[in-house]
Amino acid sequence: MEHMSLSFPAPTASGDDASKARAAAVICGVVASGNLEVLVEAGDDPAFCDIVVNTSAEGFGDIWRAVLRDFAARHAVGGLTLSINDVGATPAVVSLRLDQAFESFRSAS
Amino acid sequence: MTSEAIFPPVATDAGALFDALFGAGRHGVTVDGSFVHGTGEVDGRAVHVIGTWNRAAVDVTLALRVAGAVLDAVAADDAAGGAARTPIVFIASTSGQALSRHDELLGLNGYFAHIARCVDLARRRGHRTLALIHGEAVSGGFLAFGMLADRVIALPDAQVRVMDLRAMARVTKIPLDDLQAFAKVSPVFAPGADNYWRMGAVHDIWPAGDWPALLAAALAALAARDELAAGDGAWAADNRAALGLERGGRGLAAPVAARVRGTGAGA
Amino acid sequence: MTARGISYYEATARTRVAALVDAGSFTEFCGAAERLTSPHLAALGAPVAFDDGVVAGSATLGRRPVLLAAQEGKFNGGAVGEVHGAKIRGLLDRACVERPAAVLLLVDSGGVRLHEANAGLIAISEIMRALLAARAAGVPVIALVGGSCGAFGGMGIVTRLCSAVVMSEEGRLSLSGPEVIETVKGVEEFDSRDRALVWRVTGGKLRRALGEAQLLVNDDVAAFREGVIGLLASPAAVAAEDGGLAQLRAEHAALADRATRFATARDGREIWRAQGFAAPERVPMLAADEFNRALAEAVGANGGAA
Repeated sequence: MEHMSLSFPAPTASGDDASKARAAAVICGVVASGNLEVLVEAGDDPAFCDIVVNTSAEGFGDIWRAVLRDFAARHAVGGLTLSINDVGATPAVVSLRLDQAFESFRSAS
Repeated sequence: MTSEAIFPPVATDAGALFDALFGAGRHGVTVDGSFVHGTGEVDGRAVHVIGTWNRAAVDVTLALRVAGAVLDAVAADDAAGGAARTPIVFIASTSGQALSRHDELLGLNGYFAHIARCVDLARRRGHRTLALIHGEAVSGGFLAFGMLADRVIALPDAQVRVMDLRAMARVTKIPLDDLQAFAKVSPVFAPGADNYWRMGAVHDIWPAGDWPALLAAALAALAARDELAAGDGAWAADNRAALGLERGGRGLAAPVAARVRGTGAGA
Repeated sequence: MTARGISYYEATARTRVAALVDAGSFTEFCGAAERLTSPHLAALGAPVAFDDGVVAGSATLGRRPVLLAAQEGKFNGGAVGEVHGAKIRGLLDRACVERPAAVLLLVDSGGVRLHEANAGLIAISEIMRALLAARAAGVPVIALVGGSCGAFGGMGIVTRLCSAVVMSEEGRLSLSGPEVIETVKGVEEFDSRDRALVWRVTGGKLRRALGEAQLLVNDDVAAFREGVIGLLASPAAVAAEDGGLAQLRAEHAALADRATRFATARDGREIWRAQGFAAPERVPMLAADEFNRALAEAVGANGGAA
């Protein structure tokens, strides 16, 4: 298993901080071969998005960093923490799951 | 075709075992193929003896015999009247469930569930239940009745497991070396009565010794525990997770169950 | 009412729960955010899931309060480990206290998680005790079986301890996996790659015909929902828990009769033929409602299910 911890400066989604902080965590996806689960929670710092990745596919750090950087650039993810358990999903599936998780979290808050 | 073709029968004289458990002349236990039944005497009082023999592969037929004997034990005390219920000592020697398409078709899982329901009836009626592991106790066969007893005791030759390591390595695709290394530091999956003791499922491992005295003490302890537990929730009667926590073999079962139950400490 | 159904077989545990219960009524216990992951999987370098592969919580179903646990069959074959098993056990304990209208177990599991074999086996026996305690306390426990893992191993035993079982044709309920039987006993004993055979021996239609499942429904979460609501609305349909000697003697006799009646049977076709189905060979092709009608006719004509 490989473990990565990243932090991206990111703008915060509009809406008041208090309600965002109260938002319930959301989980998306499944820990199965070629798939991943993404847990989205309110984080500590509204100016950053913290992402923790546990993956069974070792040696793909650069690709993860690229995919996650793209994700952080696509959405206003400041103030969020994402935690990922991955079993060898492709970059396309990872991106899809991240987007789904973000949308779920936003619609739930 | 049973597992007896693969492993030679346990070279045990039934008479010798029951003499050691109850004392010579203090039991009338019959071994009928793979089925054990009869009575023994503990502290001057009768106990039922029910179980399986010789690494039996438990099939539909054997499951029905075990379940039927439990129901007969309950019925006998119902007929006798009075408050006293005769304790049941289960003898577990099983290589697991029979592997047969016919038994699967009939629903062997349901026959095992039936045994469990019968043992539970006996418990609710006040029969104290003790399971003694003699030889092997494997997987489904053991799950069906041995593990549902109030207390499980491992006799010196007991080998308790879900599956042997080689087969586990094949199924999980984890190298056998890794499993063997991990087995040395964790009781969580390696075969062995001592691991099941640490995890709270085996209450005691008896060395060779004064088994009649140990049997009497075990049954007395169950009686005392019944009184203590009378006020607690129904769930408190199964204290194996708490034992596993105390003994260091299972650190999470008790607290996680407590959290979901709503009686545990918060995050 | 959705125009397009959700396949129960394909859905994740969370999707099943969300679509099964009354909209928005689900509250999760020990959810993903609490990160109660398996230290044993981690120690063996295997991936973990934040909920350890089972979703547990409370909800309402047809406005009746229920407690439910749904196993995620896609994670480690839905197999039971220490934490996973403890969540289900704790839920059943809670039922003794809260006395909901029912506990629902969405079973999708091959049984014990081998990475934690001993913990899994013990956990399943604790689930069995807790389930029996819940039933003795008057709470029906209903199993739903329709996922890709079916209900095998210890979870096959747990399922048959339930008050009622709702299955789809896609579901399987048994004890040993066909692959294990084939490996040990040979392909003649059980060809695990003959899917049609596997389903004739362990599948929903066979189990329904034997009376081991009370309902056979379509592979649609809405159909499972409707089925369970129907069971809860008619208490007699869910085995009234007396659990006394007379009831167990009767169940014992029925199990013994089945073993005698089908003493040499090795294929579901023989069961359906003996039960008087008009065309036993065609049973696998019938839709759920056609099968249910055919079963009712066969049972009616022959005085009772096996």
